[in-house]
Amino acid sequence: MSTVTSARTGASAGTTTSVGRVAALARAELTLLSRTKATLVAALFVPLVLPLTTRSAIDDMDLEGAGLSVGSVLLPASIGFSLLFAVYSSLVSVYAARREELVLKRLRTGELRDLEILAGAALPSVVIGLVQCVVLVLACTALLDVGAPEAPHLAVLGLLLGLVMWPALAALVASFSKSVEGAQVAAMPLLLVSMLASGTIAPLEVMPDRLAAVCELLPLTPVITLLRGGWTGNLSGYDTLGAVATAVAWTVLAVFAVQRWFRWEPRR
Amino acid sequence: MNTNGHKDVIEVTDLRRVYGGGFEAVRGITFSVDRGELFALLGTNGAGKTSTVELLEGLAPPTAGRVRVLGHDPYEERAAVRPHIGVMLQEGGFPSELTVAETVRMWAGCTSGARPVEEALEIVGLGKRSGVRVKQLSGGEKRRLDLALALLGRPEVLFLDEPTTGLDAEGRQGTWELVRELRDAGTTVLLTTHYLEEAEDLADRLAILHEGRIAATGTPEEVTASQPSRIVFDLPDGYFLGDLPPLAELGVTDHEAVGRTVRLRTHELQRTATRLLVWAERARVELGGLDIRSASLEEAFLQIAREASGATKAAPEGPRSGATARKGAAV
Repeated sequence: MSTVTSARTGASAGTTTSVGRVAALARAELTLLSRTKATLVAALFVPLVLPLTTRSAIDDMDLEGAGLSVGSVLLPASIGFSLLFAVYSSLVSVYAARREELVLKRLRTGELRDLEILAGAALPSVVIGLVQCVVLVLACTALLDVGAPEAPHLAVLGLLLGLVMWPALAALVASFSKSVEGAQVAAMPLLLVSMLASGTIAPLEVMPDRLAAVCELLPLTPVITLLRGGWTGNLSGYDTLGAVATAVAWTVLAVFAVQRWFRWEPRR
Repeated sequence: MNTNGHKDVIEVTDLRRVYGGGFEAVRGITFSVDRGELFALLGTNGAGKTSTVELLEGLAPPTAGRVRVLGHDPYEERAAVRPHIGVMLQEGGFPSELTVAETVRMWAGCTSGARPVEEALEIVGLGKRSGVRVKQLSGGEKRRLDLALALLGRPEVLFLDEPTTGLDAEGRQGTWELVRELRDAGTTVLLTTHYLEEAEDLADRLAILHEGRIAATGTPEEVTASQPSRIVFDLPDGYFLGDLPPLAELGVTDHEAVGRTVRLRTHELQRTATRLLVWAERARVELGGLDIRSASLEEAFLQIAREASGATKAAPEGPRSGATARKGAAV
Protein backbone atom coordinates (compact mmCIF):
# COMPACT_ATOMS: atom_id res chain seq x y z
CA MET A 1 0.00 0.00 0.00
CA SER A 2 2.72 2.42 -0.88
CA THR A 3 0.19 4.65 -2.60
CA VAL A 4 -1.52 5.62 0.61
CA THR A 5 1.74 6.84 2.04
CA SER A 6 2.66 8.54 -1.17
CA ALA A 7 -0.75 10.18 -1.24
CA ARG A 8 0.26 11.61 2.08
CA THR A 9 3.61 12.90 0.91
CA GLY A 10 2.19 13.93 -2.44
CA ALA A 11 5.05 12.37 -4.38
CA SER A 12 3.69 9.16 -5.76
CA ALA A 13 5.74 7.11 -8.15
CA GLY A 14 3.60 4.02 -8.70
CA THR A 15 0.12 3.31 -9.90
CA THR A 16 -2.67 4.70 -7.77
CA THR A 17 -5.11 2.49 -5.91
CA SER A 18 -8.71 3.07 -5.05
CA VAL A 19 -7.86 3.49 -1.36
CA GLY A 20 -5.04 5.90 -2.14
CA ARG A 21 -7.20 8.06 -4.38
CA VAL A 22 -10.06 8.26 -1.90
CA ALA A 23 -7.58 9.06 0.88
CA ALA A 24 -6.00 11.90 -1.12
CA LEU A 25 -9.40 13.38 -1.85
CA ALA A 26 -10.67 12.94 1.72
CA ARG A 27 -7.60 14.68 3.05
CA ALA A 28 -8.21 17.71 0.86
CA GLU A 29 -11.89 17.65 1.79
CA LEU A 30 -11.03 17.60 5.50
CA THR A 31 -8.77 20.64 4.99
CA LEU A 32 -11.64 22.39 3.25
CA LEU A 33 -14.09 21.46 6.01
CA SER A 34 -11.76 22.92 8.62
CA ARG A 35 -11.76 26.18 6.63
CA THR A 36 -15.51 26.45 6.23
CA LYS A 37 -16.42 27.63 9.70
CA ALA A 38 -20.20 27.75 9.32
CA THR A 39 -20.43 24.17 8.09
CA LEU A 40 -18.00 23.01 10.72
CA VAL A 41 -19.93 24.57 13.59
CA ALA A 42 -23.21 23.17 12.29
CA ALA A 43 -21.70 19.74 11.87
CA LEU A 44 -19.84 19.60 15.18
CA PHE A 45 -22.06 21.32 17.70
CA VAL A 46 -25.69 21.15 16.58
CA PRO A 47 -25.94 17.37 17.05
CA LEU A 48 -24.34 17.63 20.49
CA VAL A 49 -26.46 20.56 21.69
CA LEU A 50 -29.80 19.64 20.13
CA PRO A 51 -30.45 16.62 22.42
CA LEU A 52 -30.23 18.85 25.50
CA THR A 53 -32.98 21.13 24.19
CA THR A 54 -35.33 18.22 23.46
CA ARG A 55 -34.74 16.70 26.86
CA SER A 56 -37.58 18.60 28.56
CA ALA A 57 -40.04 17.61 25.83
CA ILE A 58 -39.12 13.98 26.28
CA ASP A 59 -39.45 14.27 30.06
CA ASP A 60 -43.10 15.27 29.62
CA MET A 61 -44.02 12.25 27.53
CA ASP A 62 -45.76 9.17 28.79
CA LEU A 63 -42.82 6.93 28.00
CA GLU A 64 -43.27 4.28 30.62
CA GLY A 65 -46.67 3.45 29.19
CA ALA A 66 -44.86 2.66 25.92
CA GLY A 67 -42.10 0.74 27.68
CA LEU A 68 -39.37 3.35 27.06
CA SER A 69 -37.00 5.37 29.19
CA VAL A 70 -35.57 8.86 28.69
CA GLY A 71 -32.22 7.44 27.73
CA SER A 72 -33.56 4.98 25.19
CA VAL A 73 -35.36 7.83 23.43
CA LEU A 74 -32.68 10.48 23.73
CA LEU A 75 -29.72 8.37 22.58
CA PRO A 76 -31.17 7.22 19.22
CA ALA A 77 -32.55 10.72 18.69
CA SER A 78 -29.08 12.20 19.24
CA ILE A 79 -27.50 9.79 16.79
CA GLY A 80 -30.28 10.64 14.33
CA PHE A 81 -29.49 14.37 14.67
CA SER A 82 -25.84 13.61 14.08
CA LEU A 83 -26.69 11.79 10.83
CA LEU A 84 -28.94 14.66 9.78
CA PHE A 85 -26.62 17.58 10.57
CA ALA A 86 -23.04 16.29 10.56
CA VAL A 87 -23.53 13.95 7.60
CA TYR A 88 -26.59 14.77 5.49
CA SER A 89 -26.90 18.53 5.75
CA SER A 90 -23.18 19.30 5.50
CA LEU A 91 -22.72 16.89 2.58
CA VAL A 92 -25.54 18.48 0.58
CA SER A 93 -23.53 21.73 0.79
CA VAL A 94 -20.24 20.02 0.00
CA TYR A 95 -21.53 18.22 -3.12
CA ALA A 96 -23.27 21.36 -4.39
CA ALA A 97 -20.21 23.56 -3.72
CA ARG A 98 -17.81 21.18 -5.48
CA ARG A 99 -20.15 20.91 -8.43
CA GLU A 100 -20.58 24.67 -8.79
CA GLU A 101 -16.80 25.23 -8.52
CA LEU A 102 -16.39 22.63 -11.32
CA VAL A 103 -14.30 20.53 -8.94
CA LEU A 104 -16.37 17.43 -9.64
CA LYS A 105 -15.94 17.86 -13.38
CA ARG A 106 -12.22 18.35 -12.92
CA LEU A 107 -11.95 15.23 -10.74
CA ARG A 108 -13.79 13.22 -13.38
CA THR A 109 -11.02 13.94 -15.91
CA GLY A 110 -8.61 11.96 -13.75
CA GLU A 111 -8.19 8.38 -12.65
CA LEU A 112 -10.84 8.56 -9.90
CA ARG A 113 -13.98 6.53 -10.47
CA ASP A 114 -17.30 8.28 -9.89
CA LEU A 115 -18.00 6.41 -6.67
CA GLU A 116 -14.52 7.26 -5.37
CA ILE A 117 -15.18 10.96 -5.92
CA LEU A 118 -18.43 10.82 -3.96
CA ALA A 119 -16.88 8.65 -1.25
CA GLY A 120 -13.77 10.82 -0.89
CA ALA A 121 -15.88 13.94 -0.51
CA ALA A 122 -18.13 12.20 2.03
CA LEU A 123 -15.45 10.54 4.13
CA PRO A 124 -14.57 13.41 6.52
CA SER A 125 -18.26 14.08 7.27
CA VAL A 126 -18.98 10.39 7.76
CA VAL A 127 -16.04 10.05 10.15
CA ILE A 128 -17.18 13.12 12.08
CA GLY A 129 -20.67 11.60 12.30
CA LEU A 130 -19.24 8.32 13.52
CA VAL A 131 -17.07 9.99 16.17
CA GLN A 132 -20.08 11.99 17.34
CA CYS A 133 -22.10 8.82 17.73
CA VAL A 134 -19.41 7.28 19.88
CA VAL A 135 -19.23 10.44 22.01
CA LEU A 136 -23.02 10.48 22.34
CA VAL A 137 -23.15 6.83 23.39
CA LEU A 138 -20.49 7.41 26.02
CA ALA A 139 -22.17 10.59 27.27
CA CYS A 140 -25.62 9.04 27.46
CA THR A 141 -24.25 5.98 29.20
CA ALA A 142 -22.49 8.14 31.79
CA LEU A 143 -25.24 10.74 32.33
CA LEU A 144 -28.56 8.98 31.73
CA ASP A 145 -27.72 5.48 32.97
CA VAL A 146 -28.74 3.98 29.64
CA GLY A 147 -26.77 0.82 30.28
CA ALA A 148 -25.08 -1.47 27.81
CA PRO A 149 -27.02 -2.27 24.61
CA GLU A 150 -29.04 -5.50 24.85
CA ALA A 151 -28.70 -6.26 21.13
CA PRO A 152 -25.61 -4.35 19.95
CA HIS A 153 -25.69 -5.94 16.48
CA LEU A 154 -28.97 -4.12 15.75
CA ALA A 155 -27.50 -0.78 16.83
CA VAL A 156 -24.39 -1.30 14.69
CA LEU A 157 -26.48 -2.37 11.69
CA GLY A 158 -28.71 0.68 12.08
CA LEU A 159 -25.74 3.01 12.28
CA LEU A 160 -23.94 1.49 9.28
CA LEU A 161 -27.03 1.64 7.10
CA GLY A 162 -27.51 5.23 8.19
CA LEU A 163 -23.93 6.12 7.30
CA VAL A 164 -24.37 4.84 3.74
CA MET A 165 -27.95 6.00 3.22
CA TRP A 166 -27.53 9.62 4.30
CA PRO A 167 -24.49 10.51 2.16
CA ALA A 168 -26.33 8.98 -0.80
CA LEU A 169 -29.46 11.01 0.00
CA ALA A 170 -27.26 14.11 0.34
CA ALA A 171 -25.78 13.54 -3.12
CA LEU A 172 -29.25 13.04 -4.56
CA VAL A 173 -30.70 16.18 -2.96
CA ALA A 174 -27.67 18.22 -4.04
CA SER A 175 -28.49 17.27 -7.64
CA PHE A 176 -31.75 19.17 -7.42
CA SER A 177 -30.22 22.58 -6.76
CA LYS A 178 -28.47 25.23 -8.79
CA SER A 179 -26.29 26.76 -6.07
CA VAL A 180 -24.91 26.13 -2.60
CA GLU A 181 -27.66 28.29 -1.08
CA GLY A 182 -30.26 26.49 -3.16
CA ALA A 183 -28.85 23.21 -1.91
CA GLN A 184 -29.37 24.25 1.71
CA VAL A 185 -33.00 25.04 0.92
CA ALA A 186 -33.38 21.75 -0.94
CA ALA A 187 -32.00 19.93 2.10
CA MET A 188 -34.61 21.39 4.47
CA PRO A 189 -37.76 19.33 3.75
CA LEU A 190 -36.13 15.96 4.41
CA LEU A 191 -34.28 17.41 7.39
CA LEU A 192 -37.43 18.77 9.03
CA VAL A 193 -39.61 15.76 8.28
CA SER A 194 -36.93 13.46 9.66
CA MET A 195 -36.50 15.53 12.82
CA LEU A 196 -40.22 15.65 13.53
CA ALA A 197 -41.61 12.39 12.28
CA SER A 198 -38.95 9.69 12.42
CA GLY A 199 -39.32 8.88 16.09
CA THR A 200 -36.51 11.16 17.17
CA ILE A 201 -38.28 13.69 19.38
CA ALA A 202 -41.62 11.94 19.50
CA PRO A 203 -41.28 8.15 19.47
CA LEU A 204 -43.67 6.43 17.05
CA GLU A 205 -45.03 4.48 20.00
CA VAL A 206 -46.69 7.64 21.31
CA MET A 207 -48.19 8.56 17.93
CA PRO A 208 -51.62 7.60 16.55
CA ASP A 209 -51.38 4.27 14.71
CA ARG A 210 -52.10 5.50 11.21
CA LEU A 211 -49.60 8.33 11.42
CA ALA A 212 -47.03 5.97 12.88
CA ALA A 213 -47.53 3.56 9.96
CA VAL A 214 -46.61 6.31 7.49
CA CYS A 215 -43.73 7.58 9.61
CA GLU A 216 -42.24 4.08 9.70
CA LEU A 217 -41.50 4.39 6.00
CA LEU A 218 -39.37 7.53 6.31
CA PRO A 219 -35.64 7.03 5.75
CA LEU A 220 -34.48 7.94 9.25
CA THR A 221 -37.14 5.88 11.06
CA PRO A 222 -35.62 2.41 10.57
CA VAL A 223 -32.23 3.74 11.73
CA ILE A 224 -33.81 5.10 14.93
CA THR A 225 -35.85 1.92 15.40
CA LEU A 226 -32.80 -0.32 15.06
CA LEU A 227 -30.72 1.87 17.39
CA ARG A 228 -33.43 1.93 20.03
CA GLY A 229 -34.04 -1.78 19.62
CA GLY A 230 -30.30 -2.30 20.03
CA TRP A 231 -30.44 -0.76 23.47
CA THR A 232 -33.80 -2.00 24.76
CA GLY A 233 -33.45 -5.43 23.18
CA ASN A 234 -37.22 -5.73 22.89
CA LEU A 235 -37.59 -5.26 19.12
CA SER A 236 -39.54 -8.23 17.75
CA GLY A 237 -38.17 -10.30 14.88
CA TYR A 238 -40.96 -9.01 12.65
CA ASP A 239 -40.24 -5.36 13.51
CA THR A 240 -36.49 -5.90 13.06
CA LEU A 241 -37.08 -7.35 9.61
CA GLY A 242 -39.38 -4.47 8.72
CA ALA A 243 -36.86 -1.84 9.84
CA VAL A 244 -33.95 -3.54 8.06
CA ALA A 245 -36.00 -3.91 4.88
CA THR A 246 -37.01 -0.25 4.96
CA ALA A 247 -33.43 0.91 5.59
CA VAL A 248 -31.99 -1.32 2.86
CA ALA A 249 -34.70 -0.20 0.45
CA TRP A 250 -33.90 3.49 1.04
CA THR A 251 -30.16 2.85 0.76
CA VAL A 252 -30.49 0.90 -2.49
CA LEU A 253 -32.93 3.45 -3.87
CA ALA A 254 -30.68 6.38 -2.96
CA VAL A 255 -27.56 4.75 -4.41
CA PHE A 256 -29.42 3.85 -7.61
CA ALA A 257 -30.87 7.34 -7.93
CA VAL A 258 -27.43 8.90 -7.45
CA GLN A 259 -25.95 6.70 -10.19
CA ARG A 260 -28.80 7.68 -12.46
CA TRP A 261 -29.34 11.36 -11.71
CA PHE A 262 -26.34 12.83 -9.93
CA ARG A 263 -25.29 16.10 -11.57
CA TRP A 264 -21.54 16.42 -12.05
CA GLU A 265 -21.63 19.84 -13.67
CA PRO A 266 -23.55 23.06 -13.04
CA ARG A 267 -26.57 23.74 -15.17
CA ARG A 268 -25.78 26.22 -17.88
CA MET B 1 -0.39 -2.12 -19.96
CA ASN B 2 1.24 -1.10 -23.17
CA THR B 3 -0.73 1.09 -25.51
CA ASN B 4 2.23 2.24 -27.55
CA GLY B 5 1.49 0.16 -30.62
CA HIS B 6 -0.89 2.63 -32.20
CA LYS B 7 0.30 5.19 -34.68
CA ASP B 8 -2.90 7.16 -34.44
CA VAL B 9 -3.08 8.23 -30.83
CA ILE B 10 -6.45 9.91 -31.33
CA GLU B 11 -8.99 8.68 -33.85
CA VAL B 12 -12.31 10.43 -34.34
CA THR B 13 -14.86 9.10 -36.79
CA ASP B 14 -18.21 10.73 -37.70
CA LEU B 15 -18.47 12.16 -34.22
CA ARG B 16 -21.75 13.77 -33.17
CA ARG B 17 -22.88 15.34 -29.93
CA VAL B 18 -26.43 16.46 -29.32
CA TYR B 19 -27.26 18.06 -25.98
CA GLY B 20 -30.37 17.35 -23.96
CA GLY B 21 -32.16 20.42 -25.31
CA GLY B 22 -31.66 19.18 -28.88
CA PHE B 23 -28.74 21.47 -29.73
CA GLU B 24 -26.33 19.71 -32.09
CA ALA B 25 -22.92 20.99 -31.04
CA VAL B 26 -20.82 18.49 -33.01
CA ARG B 27 -22.19 17.50 -36.40
CA GLY B 28 -20.18 14.61 -37.73
CA ILE B 29 -16.44 15.26 -37.62
CA THR B 30 -13.56 12.97 -38.52
CA PHE B 31 -9.87 13.45 -37.87
CA SER B 32 -6.88 11.66 -36.39
CA VAL B 33 -3.77 12.71 -34.51
CA ASP B 34 -0.48 10.85 -34.83
CA ARG B 35 1.85 10.07 -31.97
CA GLY B 36 3.97 13.08 -31.07
CA GLU B 37 1.90 15.44 -33.16
CA LEU B 38 0.48 18.77 -32.04
CA PHE B 39 -3.03 19.15 -33.38
CA ALA B 40 -5.09 22.31 -32.95
CA LEU B 41 -8.86 22.65 -33.11
CA LEU B 42 -9.44 26.22 -34.15
CA GLY B 43 -12.77 27.94 -34.05
CA THR B 44 -14.87 30.81 -32.78
CA ASN B 45 -16.73 30.55 -29.48
CA GLY B 46 -19.57 28.12 -29.98
CA ALA B 47 -17.92 26.29 -32.90
CA GLY B 48 -17.97 23.02 -30.95
CA LYS B 49 -14.35 22.86 -29.75
CA THR B 50 -15.04 22.14 -26.08
CA SER B 51 -17.94 19.83 -26.91
CA THR B 52 -15.54 17.81 -29.05
CA VAL B 53 -12.68 17.77 -26.56
CA GLU B 54 -14.95 16.63 -23.75
CA LEU B 55 -15.83 13.57 -25.81
CA LEU B 56 -12.12 12.85 -26.39
CA GLU B 57 -11.46 13.22 -22.67
CA GLY B 58 -14.21 10.71 -21.94
CA LEU B 59 -16.33 13.10 -19.90
CA ALA B 60 -19.43 12.20 -21.89
CA PRO B 61 -20.42 9.55 -24.42
CA PRO B 62 -20.86 10.69 -28.04
CA THR B 63 -24.39 10.77 -29.43
CA ALA B 64 -23.06 8.96 -32.49
CA GLY B 65 -19.72 8.12 -34.06
CA ARG B 66 -16.54 6.74 -32.62
CA VAL B 67 -13.67 8.02 -30.50
CA ARG B 68 -10.47 6.15 -29.75
CA VAL B 69 -7.66 7.45 -27.57
CA LEU B 70 -4.59 5.20 -27.42
CA GLY B 71 -6.77 2.51 -28.95
CA HIS B 72 -9.49 2.65 -26.29
CA ASP B 73 -12.93 4.17 -25.94
CA PRO B 74 -12.20 7.03 -23.50
CA TYR B 75 -15.71 6.92 -21.98
CA GLU B 76 -16.33 3.19 -21.71
CA GLU B 77 -12.72 2.26 -20.93
CA ARG B 78 -11.89 5.18 -18.69
CA ALA B 79 -9.56 3.20 -16.44
CA ALA B 80 -7.41 2.15 -19.42
CA VAL B 81 -7.05 5.65 -20.83
CA ARG B 82 -6.91 8.04 -17.88
CA PRO B 83 -3.47 7.11 -16.48
CA HIS B 84 -1.96 8.07 -19.85
CA ILE B 85 -3.65 11.40 -20.51
CA GLY B 86 -3.47 14.87 -19.02
CA VAL B 87 -6.42 17.23 -19.21
CA MET B 88 -6.63 20.98 -18.90
CA LEU B 89 -10.25 22.07 -18.83
CA GLN B 90 -11.39 25.41 -20.14
CA GLU B 91 -12.28 26.56 -16.65
CA GLY B 92 -10.40 25.71 -13.47
CA GLY B 93 -12.32 23.49 -11.11
CA PHE B 94 -10.32 23.92 -7.96
CA PRO B 95 -11.70 24.36 -4.44
CA SER B 96 -11.04 28.04 -3.76
CA GLU B 97 -10.04 27.52 -0.13
CA LEU B 98 -7.18 25.08 -0.80
CA THR B 99 -3.65 26.37 -1.31
CA VAL B 100 -1.82 25.80 -4.57
CA ALA B 101 0.37 23.08 -3.04
CA GLU B 102 -2.62 21.36 -1.38
CA THR B 103 -4.42 21.29 -4.71
CA VAL B 104 -1.48 19.69 -6.49
CA ARG B 105 -0.96 17.24 -3.61
CA MET B 106 -4.58 16.13 -3.84
CA TRP B 107 -4.28 15.61 -7.58
CA ALA B 108 -0.96 13.79 -7.16
CA GLY B 109 -2.66 11.31 -4.84
CA CYS B 110 -5.07 10.52 -7.68
CA THR B 111 -2.47 10.37 -10.47
CA SER B 112 -0.26 7.41 -11.35
CA GLY B 113 3.42 8.22 -11.56
CA ALA B 114 2.91 11.79 -10.39
CA ARG B 115 5.81 14.26 -10.34
CA PRO B 116 6.75 15.74 -6.96
CA VAL B 117 4.56 18.74 -6.08
CA GLU B 118 7.43 21.24 -6.14
CA GLU B 119 8.61 20.04 -9.55
CA ALA B 120 5.13 20.38 -11.04
CA LEU B 121 4.82 23.93 -9.73
CA GLU B 122 8.31 24.90 -10.92
CA ILE B 123 7.52 23.74 -14.45
CA VAL B 124 4.70 26.26 -14.77
CA GLY B 125 6.44 28.98 -12.75
CA LEU B 126 4.21 28.81 -9.69
CA GLY B 127 6.94 27.69 -7.31
CA LYS B 128 6.75 30.84 -5.24
CA ARG B 129 2.95 30.73 -4.98
CA SER B 130 2.60 27.27 -3.42
CA GLY B 131 1.25 28.54 -0.09
CA VAL B 132 -1.34 30.86 -1.62
CA ARG B 133 -5.05 30.01 -1.59
CA VAL B 134 -6.47 29.31 -5.04
CA LYS B 135 -9.06 32.07 -4.66
CA GLN B 136 -6.24 34.62 -4.44
CA LEU B 137 -4.61 33.58 -7.73
CA SER B 138 -5.01 35.72 -10.84
CA GLY B 139 -6.80 34.28 -13.84
CA GLY B 140 -3.48 33.58 -15.53
CA GLU B 141 -2.08 31.84 -12.46
CA LYS B 142 -5.14 29.61 -12.30
CA ARG B 143 -4.57 28.59 -15.92
CA ARG B 144 -0.97 27.71 -15.06
CA LEU B 145 -2.09 25.70 -12.03
CA ASP B 146 -4.45 23.82 -14.34
CA LEU B 147 -1.54 23.16 -16.68
CA ALA B 148 0.55 21.89 -13.76
CA LEU B 149 -2.16 19.35 -12.92
CA ALA B 150 -2.46 18.28 -16.56
CA LEU B 151 1.31 17.64 -16.65
CA LEU B 152 1.49 15.98 -13.25
CA GLY B 153 1.40 12.38 -14.46
CA ARG B 154 3.83 12.89 -17.39
CA PRO B 155 0.99 12.11 -19.83
CA GLU B 156 1.48 10.58 -23.27
CA VAL B 157 -1.47 12.56 -24.55
CA LEU B 158 -2.29 16.07 -23.46
CA PHE B 159 -5.66 17.79 -23.97
CA LEU B 160 -5.49 21.55 -23.60
CA ASP B 161 -8.78 23.43 -23.87
CA GLU B 162 -7.92 27.08 -24.56
CA PRO B 163 -4.72 26.94 -22.52
CA THR B 164 -3.77 30.60 -22.92
CA THR B 165 -7.13 32.33 -22.56
CA GLY B 166 -6.74 34.93 -19.83
CA LEU B 167 -2.94 34.91 -19.93
CA ASP B 168 -0.92 38.06 -20.62
CA ALA B 169 1.54 38.13 -23.52
CA GLU B 170 4.41 36.87 -21.40
CA GLY B 171 2.37 34.08 -19.86
CA ARG B 172 1.20 33.03 -23.29
CA GLN B 173 4.76 32.86 -24.62
CA GLY B 174 5.75 30.80 -21.57
CA THR B 175 2.92 28.33 -22.13
CA TRP B 176 3.76 28.04 -25.84
CA GLU B 177 7.37 27.30 -25.05
CA LEU B 178 6.33 24.65 -22.55
CA VAL B 179 3.91 23.03 -24.99
CA ARG B 180 6.64 22.97 -27.67
CA GLU B 181 9.07 21.33 -25.27
CA LEU B 182 6.51 18.68 -24.39
CA ARG B 183 5.81 18.02 -28.04
CA ASP B 184 9.53 17.77 -28.75
CA ALA B 185 9.80 15.24 -25.91
CA GLY B 186 7.20 13.08 -27.70
CA THR B 187 3.95 14.11 -26.05
CA THR B 188 0.91 14.09 -28.32
CA VAL B 189 -0.97 17.34 -27.84
CA LEU B 190 -4.50 18.30 -28.82
CA LEU B 191 -5.29 21.92 -28.11
CA THR B 192 -8.25 24.11 -28.82
CA THR B 193 -7.88 27.82 -29.36
CA HIS B 194 -9.57 30.81 -30.84
CA TYR B 195 -6.25 32.59 -31.22
CA LEU B 196 -5.16 32.16 -34.84
CA GLU B 197 -1.61 33.05 -33.99
CA GLU B 198 -1.48 30.23 -31.45
CA ALA B 199 -2.64 27.62 -33.95
CA GLU B 200 -0.35 28.97 -36.69
CA ASP B 201 2.74 28.99 -34.47
CA LEU B 202 2.26 25.77 -32.55
CA ALA B 203 0.29 23.27 -34.58
CA ASP B 204 1.74 20.59 -36.81
CA ARG B 205 -1.75 20.19 -38.17
CA LEU B 206 -5.04 21.87 -37.46
CA ALA B 207 -8.72 21.70 -38.17
CA ILE B 208 -10.94 24.73 -38.41
CA LEU B 209 -14.25 24.00 -36.73
CA HIS B 210 -17.28 25.95 -37.77
CA GLU B 211 -20.76 25.29 -36.40
CA GLY B 212 -19.86 21.76 -35.37
CA ARG B 213 -18.24 20.77 -38.66
CA ILE B 214 -14.66 20.73 -39.89
CA ALA B 215 -14.44 23.48 -42.50
CA ALA B 216 -10.77 22.94 -43.35
CA THR B 217 -7.94 20.74 -42.16
CA GLY B 218 -4.25 20.23 -42.84
CA THR B 219 -0.94 21.82 -41.88
CA PRO B 220 -1.16 25.58 -41.30
CA GLU B 221 0.64 26.01 -44.65
CA GLU B 222 -1.81 23.77 -46.48
CA VAL B 223 -4.80 25.57 -45.02
CA THR B 224 -3.42 28.97 -45.91
CA ALA B 225 -2.03 27.89 -49.30
CA SER B 226 -5.50 27.54 -50.72
CA GLN B 227 -6.17 31.15 -49.80
CA PRO B 228 -5.19 34.19 -51.89
CA SER B 229 -2.67 36.81 -50.76
CA ARG B 230 -3.87 40.39 -50.79
CA ILE B 231 -2.73 43.89 -51.61
CA VAL B 232 -4.49 46.93 -50.24
CA PHE B 233 -3.77 50.56 -51.18
CA ASP B 234 -5.44 53.92 -51.72
CA LEU B 235 -5.78 55.16 -55.28
CA PRO B 236 -3.79 58.34 -55.87
CA ASP B 237 -5.84 61.53 -56.39
CA GLY B 238 -7.14 61.86 -59.92
CA TYR B 239 -6.76 58.14 -60.66
CA PHE B 240 -9.51 55.57 -61.11
CA LEU B 241 -9.52 51.81 -61.04
CA GLY B 242 -9.51 51.78 -64.81
CA ASP B 243 -6.19 53.65 -64.86
CA LEU B 244 -4.40 50.65 -63.39
CA PRO B 245 -2.94 48.05 -65.76
CA PRO B 246 -5.54 45.36 -66.67
CA LEU B 247 -6.02 43.41 -63.42
CA ALA B 248 -5.99 40.00 -65.07
CA GLU B 249 -2.53 40.73 -66.43
CA LEU B 250 -1.36 41.48 -62.91
CA GLY B 251 -2.53 38.04 -61.80
CA VAL B 252 -5.37 39.43 -59.72
CA THR B 253 -8.16 36.92 -59.15
CA ASP B 254 -10.57 39.18 -57.34
CA HIS B 255 -10.83 42.82 -56.39
CA GLU B 256 -13.00 45.27 -54.53
CA ALA B 257 -12.93 49.06 -54.25
CA VAL B 258 -14.48 50.91 -51.35
CA GLY B 259 -14.17 54.69 -51.77
CA ARG B 260 -10.56 55.18 -52.81
CA THR B 261 -9.34 52.00 -51.12
CA VAL B 262 -8.60 49.12 -53.46
CA ARG B 263 -8.25 45.54 -52.32
CA LEU B 264 -6.71 42.99 -54.72
CA ARG B 265 -6.52 39.22 -54.17
CA THR B 266 -3.94 37.08 -55.93
CA HIS B 267 -2.32 33.68 -55.84
CA GLU B 268 0.86 35.09 -57.40
CA LEU B 269 1.81 37.74 -54.88
CA GLN B 270 5.28 38.49 -56.23
CA ARG B 271 4.11 38.98 -59.85
CA THR B 272 1.13 41.10 -58.88
CA ALA B 273 3.09 43.25 -56.44
CA THR B 274 5.99 43.78 -58.83
CA ARG B 275 3.81 44.85 -61.74
CA LEU B 276 1.72 47.13 -59.55
CA LEU B 277 4.79 48.83 -58.08
CA VAL B 278 6.50 49.16 -61.42
CA TRP B 279 3.35 50.79 -62.77
CA ALA B 280 3.27 53.22 -59.80
CA GLU B 281 6.98 54.03 -60.26
CA ARG B 282 6.49 54.80 -63.96
CA ALA B 283 3.35 56.84 -63.30
CA ARG B 284 5.21 58.65 -60.51
CA VAL B 285 2.40 58.16 -58.03
CA GLU B 286 2.39 57.27 -54.38
CA LEU B 287 0.20 54.34 -53.27
CA GLY B 288 -0.99 55.49 -49.85
CA GLY B 289 -1.69 52.97 -47.11
CA LEU B 290 0.06 50.23 -49.10
CA ASP B 291 -0.30 46.86 -47.38
CA ILE B 292 1.01 43.72 -49.08
CA ARG B 293 0.27 40.55 -47.21
CA SER B 294 0.72 36.87 -48.02
CA ALA B 295 -2.10 34.48 -47.19
CA SER B 296 -2.52 34.06 -43.46
CA LEU B 297 -4.51 31.72 -41.36
CA GLU B 298 -6.62 34.70 -40.37
CA GLU B 299 -7.56 35.36 -43.99
CA ALA B 300 -8.25 31.66 -44.45
CA PHE B 301 -10.34 31.55 -41.34
CA LEU B 302 -12.47 34.53 -42.28
CA GLN B 303 -12.90 33.23 -45.79
CA ILE B 304 -13.99 29.81 -44.55
CA ALA B 305 -16.39 31.37 -42.07
CA ARG B 306 -17.85 33.51 -44.86
CA GLU B 307 -18.27 30.57 -47.18
CA ALA B 308 -19.74 28.36 -44.50
CA SER B 309 -22.42 30.64 -43.18
CA GLY B 310 -22.88 33.48 -45.66
CA ALA B 311 -20.93 36.71 -45.68
CA THR B 312 -23.36 38.75 -43.59
CA LYS B 313 -23.17 36.49 -40.57
CA ALA B 314 -19.54 35.54 -40.54
CA ALA B 315 -17.75 38.86 -40.56
CA PRO B 316 -18.71 40.18 -37.11
CA GLU B 317 -18.17 36.73 -35.59
CA GLY B 318 -14.61 36.50 -36.82
CA PRO B 319 -11.92 35.13 -34.58
CA ARG B 320 -9.81 37.29 -32.37
CA SER B 321 -6.46 37.82 -33.95
CA GLY B 322 -3.31 37.81 -31.89
CA ALA B 323 -3.26 41.58 -31.67
CA THR B 324 -6.75 41.91 -30.26
CA ALA B 325 -6.14 39.04 -27.90
CA ARG B 326 -3.07 40.66 -26.47
CA LYS B 327 -4.94 43.84 -25.78
CA GLY B 328 -7.76 42.17 -23.94
CA ALA B 329 -5.80 39.77 -21.84
CA ALA B 330 -3.68 41.65 -19.32
CA VAL B 331 -4.09 39.87 -15.99
